[in-house]
This record gives sequence, C-alpha cells and structure tokens, in this order.
Amino acid sequence: MVGIMRIEIRFAGFGGQGIIKSGIITAAAACLYAQKNAVQTQSYGPESRGGACKSEVVISEEEIDFPKVVEPDILIVMSQHAYNEYAENVKQGGTIIMDPDMIPHEKDLKNVNVFRVPATQIAEGMQRKIVANIVMLGAFVAVTGLLDKNALTEAIKANIPRGTEELNLNAFEKGYEYAKNLLKS
Amino acid sequence: MAKKEALLTGTHFMNGDIACAEGAIAAGCSFFAGYPITPATEIAEHLSERMPEIGRIYIQMEDEIASIAAVIGASYAGLKAMTATSGPGFSLMQENIGLAVMTETPCVIVDIMRGGPSTGQPTMPGQQDVMQARWGSHGDYEIIALAPSSVQEMFDLTVEAFNLAETYRVPTLLLADEIVAHMWEKVVIPSAEKIRIVNRKKPNVSPEKYMPFMPDYDLVPPMACFGEGYRFHATGLTHDEYGYPKTSSSEVQERLVKRLCDKIRRNTDKIIRVEEIMLDDADIVVIAYGIVARAALSAVKKAREKGIKAGLLRTITLWPFPQNQIAKIEEHAKKIIVPEMNCGQMVREVERAAKSTLVVFLSKLGEEPHTPMEIFEAIRRNC
Repeated sequence: MVGIMRIEIRFAGFGGQGIIKSGIITAAAACLYAQKNAVQTQSYGPESRGGACKSEVVISEEEIDFPKVVEPDILIVMSQHAYNEYAENVKQGGTIIMDPDMIPHEKDLKNVNVFRVPATQIAEGMQRKIVANIVMLGAFVAVTGLLDKNALTEAIKANIPRGTEELNLNAFEKGYEYAKNLLKS
Repeated sequence: MAKKEALLTGTHFMNGDIACAEGAIAAGCSFFAGYPITPATEIAEHLSERMPEIGRIYIQMEDEIASIAAVIGASYAGLKAMTATSGPGFSLMQENIGLAVMTETPCVIVDIMRGGPSTGQPTMPGQQDVMQARWGSHGDYEIIALAPSSVQEMFDLTVEAFNLAETYRVPTLLLADEIVAHMWEKVVIPSAEKIRIVNRKKPNVSPEKYMPFMPDYDLVPPMACFGEGYRFHATGLTHDEYGYPKTSSSEVQERLVKRLCDKIRRNTDKIIRVEEIMLDDADIVVIAYGIVARAALSAVKKAREKGIKAGLLRTITLWPFPQNQIAKIEEHAKKIIVPEMNCGQMVREVERAAKSTLVVFLSKLGEEPHTPMEIFEAIRRNC
C-alpha cells in the first residue's frame, strides 16, 4: 500500500543548474498546491557550483516516514556525471527525463521510459541558460502528469526572485510543450 | 521601516534551518549572534533578514567564541538569546558553554551536525556530536539537548529549547543533523495563544535582599537582569549565593556544582520527551533519533507487516538521557537495535541503561542515513 502511494523523484546534475531549487519547487507544489505530503532532501559538495548535486523529492498520500529516495520512479538528469551515477538506479518501468546535450554518452537501459529534452539549449534560446531547470520542470509535468500544471506554476512563482516570473513561466511552458510533442511522436 | 509580523501563523513549506529560525522568533528570541557555517548558515541568513524587520537584534560576530559570549551577555541583559553553528564552531564554543552553565545563563545553542572530526564533510550529515554536547566543556555539569526528526520539530523543539533554558537556567542545545536542517517539508506555525512560552523567574524580593544565586525549592535561582536595579555579580569561578568567588571553599564547590547537576537530574521526568511507537508488546526495539528515527519507523512498520513484534523508541531528548524508558523496554524486549550516524555514541548510554537486554549497534557514516531496509534487515536477523 505504502509502496504504491509513494512516488520518488530524483533531480541530478551539477551545482549551479538549479537542481536543488527544482526539487524544492516540485515538493512545494505537491505540498502546498496539491494537498499531498511531500518532502525534499538534497546533497551537494562544499564547492557548491560545479560539483555533483542531487535533490530528492518524495510525494505521498500518506505521511512520509523516510524522506530520502531509495529507488526513484522518476529521474530528471542534467549532467553526464549524474547520469552515469544514477541512470541504472531507476525503478523498473520508471521514467528518465534527460538533457541530451549535457549527456553525450547514453547507456542501453532496459524497462525505463527515456525522454530527451534539450532544456539547456531551449533556455539558451531564451538568452537565459539559468532557466534550464524550469524547462525541465515543464517537461516533468507534461510527461508524468503527476502534478497539476497549476500547482507547479504557483510553486515556481513562490520560489523565484521577484521580477523573473515571466521568464520562468515561459521556460516552464516551453518545456511543457516540447515534452507534449515528444509524447505525440 | 514598518514592523512586520513576528509570528508567521499559517502553513508553510520550509527547510529545517528556516523553521528553527522561525521557532526562535516565536519563542521570543530577540537576540541572535552567530558566525555562519554549513549546514547551519541558513539559520543566520534567515534571521539576518527577519530580526531587523521585527525590531530585534541580529549580529554577525567575528567567530563562534564571540558568538556564544555575546549570547551570554544578551541573556544577562534580559533577552532571550540564541546562536547556531556546526561541529567546528561547536568545538570553539565549548569553553563559554561552561561559563553559561556556571553562571546559569538561559540560552539556546543550535548545533547542526555535519560529518566530523575537524572540518570533516561540511555538507554531509552526521550524529557525531552527541557526546560532545554532553561533555564538551570541562567540569561536571548537566545540560539539555533535543534532537528533531522533522522540519516541524525544528520549529517546535526550538520553542521548547527556549522554554527549558528559561525554566532551568541552563544552556539548551538543539542537536539536529544536516538532513533535517536542509530538508524542506510542511510546517504549521500555530497562533500565538497555542504556543506555550515560558519566561525566566524574576526575583520577588527587594534589591537589598536579593541573592542572585540563592535557589528556590526547585533548585533554580530567580534571575534579575542587568540594569533592573538589582546588585549582581556573575563569575565563572565557584561562587556563593551572592555570586562572589569562593575559590578555596570545598563546601561551596560541593553545594554549587551538585545543585547545577541536581536541578536537571531531579527534574528529568519533566524534561524528557520520547516518542513510543508499538512498544507495548515489542520483542525487539529500535532506539533512534534525528533523521535515522524516520528510517527506523519505516523499518519497524515493515517488520510488523511481516509479523515481527518490533517497536521504536524515539529519543526526542538526548540529554538528560531517558534511561528510565530503557528500563521499561527491558520488561519485555529481548533485543535493542541502535542505529546512529556515528561510530557509537548514544548506544553507550543505552548499553549502560540496559541491564539484561542485548544491544546491537548499527553504524553509518557519510552522505546517506541508514535505509529502512538496512534497519529492517537488522531487525530480521535479530528476532
């Protein structure tokens, strides 16, 4: 019962990509705007920027005992290093959303659904590479349907610097559309 | 600037450090002095914004020694005061924690435990300061330490830490691990009338009759604050009830130091808080605290599903150690499992308290706490 209710999501990349922020936004969306239980934990190196970084979210209808991810249902991955580390750890039948430009070397993975979303490139197209993580969140909502679009956009607005709302919501929309098209094809 | 709300009543999504900072504000903390250090930095960062906007004091000090010294001074001036640090800073604070004990200064010290020894692993969790919290400063003393397991408890237990510090005039520690401090979770901040606030006892005698270290029946002396008109002498030296040094009197040394210990020891029933889960018929009991207690809870539930009579004792209070609760467990338990993110600290207390039960220790160091499966396997092997 607990196993079915509990969804584990791992965001991974390097420090500076907004990996931890993505986790916080997702958990906040689930907790405050979708009335579920959610918890976010994180792991990063002392160098902060450039070092390996991961952010984990557990969402459940029930109270969450253990807040760390053991075997993720969903992996959102934005660096080769993180891909090498975590791609094979995804649950059978789970989902990987990856940025293919950041991950030139892919493994031959069985029983996982892989979605390639060039989030960094899309963000660069908006002249703001920094919103690549938000592009990924848009793709995450489109692909998984786990949370309402509205819950995510509310959580984004509550967790970004004032004055960047339009930029971030645009980035979210672009990721969402890109992934919707992936699903169609 | 217009004053903002001090108490943020409502439902929030926060990390543990921020919840601790808001807990301090809710408890009436009006002075914070600190030196930022991972993974406690967000406490200082948050309070550096919040304290000035609600008309309270935030000072970034030059180091941790100065931070705790400023906190002691502020408390003597009548303010509820707090500092926050992690292992290396906690080490630097030890001498002045002793001064706070000796001068019976109510204050709260937050130690967010990262991997040690020394600078160790700044961004990784640990539970390695448990014994340092108890014995870090020299001499005999008793201290109070609380270990939160959730972001909500980072709020609740910070309030509680202030209440205990004010009640017993003792430095009170919030001993949290990096995961709980950096974790984001829902926090409900109650309305003011639902938050229990305790303030230190004030003298009810005239200034001429006041003896600053004359205890009441509960062994705690009422505390006048500097500037209130009461004559006051405070020193780290052994002192009599007037506060004057008595460095050669065995009698005064005996009376003072025993009272400093006894004011906590005689009140353990009032101080100690534990959470008991499925303990009534448990053959095998896991004792855990902090983040590890959440893995343990999951493991115990899984064991119950498999028909194993497992239970969990979560020690919310680490010091004074809940040894009576261990005696209670021994009435039916055959084995006790103690998982900790260290090489064996609280387990020593459990072993000391457990007279007839076998105690199994599970150590874990580094980035990840024990998984529920690791603890479950230990339960299964030992049942």
